[in-house]
Amino acid sequence: MGGNLLTNFYEAVAVILFGIGFTTLLLHRNMIKKILGFNIMDTAIYLFLAVKGYITGGMAPILTNGVEEQAYYINPVPSGLVLTGIVVSVSVTALMLALTIRLYRRYHTLDIDKMSMLAKKEDL
Amino acid sequence: MSKLNPNYEASKWRKIERFVNGEEISDNPNLSKHEEEIREASQEDKERNEQFEATITDLEDRIQKERKRSIEALYRKYEKWPQTKGIKIFTHIYRILAVLFCVCIISVLLMTVSYLPTFGDASNPNNNEVPKRYIEKGIEETGAINFVAGMILDYRAFDTLGESHVLFIAACCVLILLRIDHSKNGKKPTEKAEAEEDDRKFEPKNDKILQKIASLLIPPIIIYGIYVVLNGHLSPGGGFSGGAIIGAGLILYLNAFGYEKIEKFFTYKTYQRITVGALLFYACAKSYSFYTGANHLESGIPKGIPGNILSSGLILPLNVAVGLVVACTMYGFYTLFRKGGM
Repeated sequence: MGGNLLTNFYEAVAVILFGIGFTTLLLHRNMIKKILGFNIMDTAIYLFLAVKGYITGGMAPILTNGVEEQAYYINPVPSGLVLTGIVVSVSVTALMLALTIRLYRRYHTLDIDKMSMLAKKEDL
Repeated sequence: MSKLNPNYEASKWRKIERFVNGEEISDNPNLSKHEEEIREASQEDKERNEQFEATITDLEDRIQKERKRSIEALYRKYEKWPQTKGIKIFTHIYRILAVLFCVCIISVLLMTVSYLPTFGDASNPNNNEVPKRYIEKGIEETGAINFVAGMILDYRAFDTLGESHVLFIAACCVLILLRIDHSKNGKKPTEKAEAEEDDRKFEPKNDKILQKIASLLIPPIIIYGIYVVLNGHLSPGGGFSGGAIIGAGLILYLNAFGYEKIEKFFTYKTYQRITVGALLFYACAKSYSFYTGANHLESGIPKGIPGNILSSGLILPLNVAVGLVVACTMYGFYTLFRKGGM
């Protein structure tokens, strides 16, 4: 074990949040709850990236007091990456919800096990 | 030299020979009679054999049927098993394994976190020459005061183009999945099903409180969204956040006043034209770097004075394009998920 677990507690929280989201994804049979778990994982990634870009005492990356030095601001690259992540997660969530609606219209259930059982019955 | 007997054919020896060779002896009536008897006997044997075989096949059939019946009984006995006990056992094992797996993942990741560089340290390896260039040369090269806007719309403009396309393609997929086909093989659906599918049936809306508050709130919301989009290179915000705010305003308008009012200025056709037009403008505006060798991002567009609203070259129009795409996509998602189609 490295000794940085306590100083890096933001990252630790992000990782635990990721695990919680993954557990939700695995444990729940309801499709909507699975999608919620997926979004929790997304949020953990945003937190992780934002934390990685932070520099203690740094300003937001917008020109302040005319200072153009790297040490004065936080790192702008992770902020841009978080933006990308948010857009992609919105798109993916919308797509998953649309698919869930289609499945619900077909099988009238949100339970993934019942759904696959009904699909198998239809194949026979 | 032996002498051939002229009566050889009728001689006893010949008869014996014939008998030995098994040839037919036709001139002896007794023998033929005997043969007929034998034939009859063999016929009887055959019949008996056939009967015997028939009984054997019958028995085999019966055994097969019995076996089948027993297997079917077994099936019937265990048919319900996976649905009752089996699923329960499987779920228990699955849940325990899932939680164990997640705990393992979390502990491995926590171990990795404990080896990561210190939080907030300016000398961390990710604070390298890339953000240094973005911050120290950003204003000179892009003209945007907001370093993030300069980064995502100038240095990494292709990345943002891809993002807007991701949004557009997601909207297309949702459209394909959820749009109601009104021209469905000429069959007229019942009125109730149609009303369930199409929210337009419940209009006009007469919610006075919602309408009053919406008429107060919608202008500031949309103006604020436009402000955020236009000030993307000067302050926090930009195309994505401002577009989301404008989309929220449109959704509120739709909820308060219904489809009939909003279709006076925003229909499916408007959505198509705005989205495709904005994406095309973005692609054209940024594709010049292909033709200039992609390394010299000189646009010939004046940068202006950093800090002014009309500055920083292409960033302002690109922000507007992105904002339009995002606003239309948000509104499109909402209308599609409300079953009405756009």
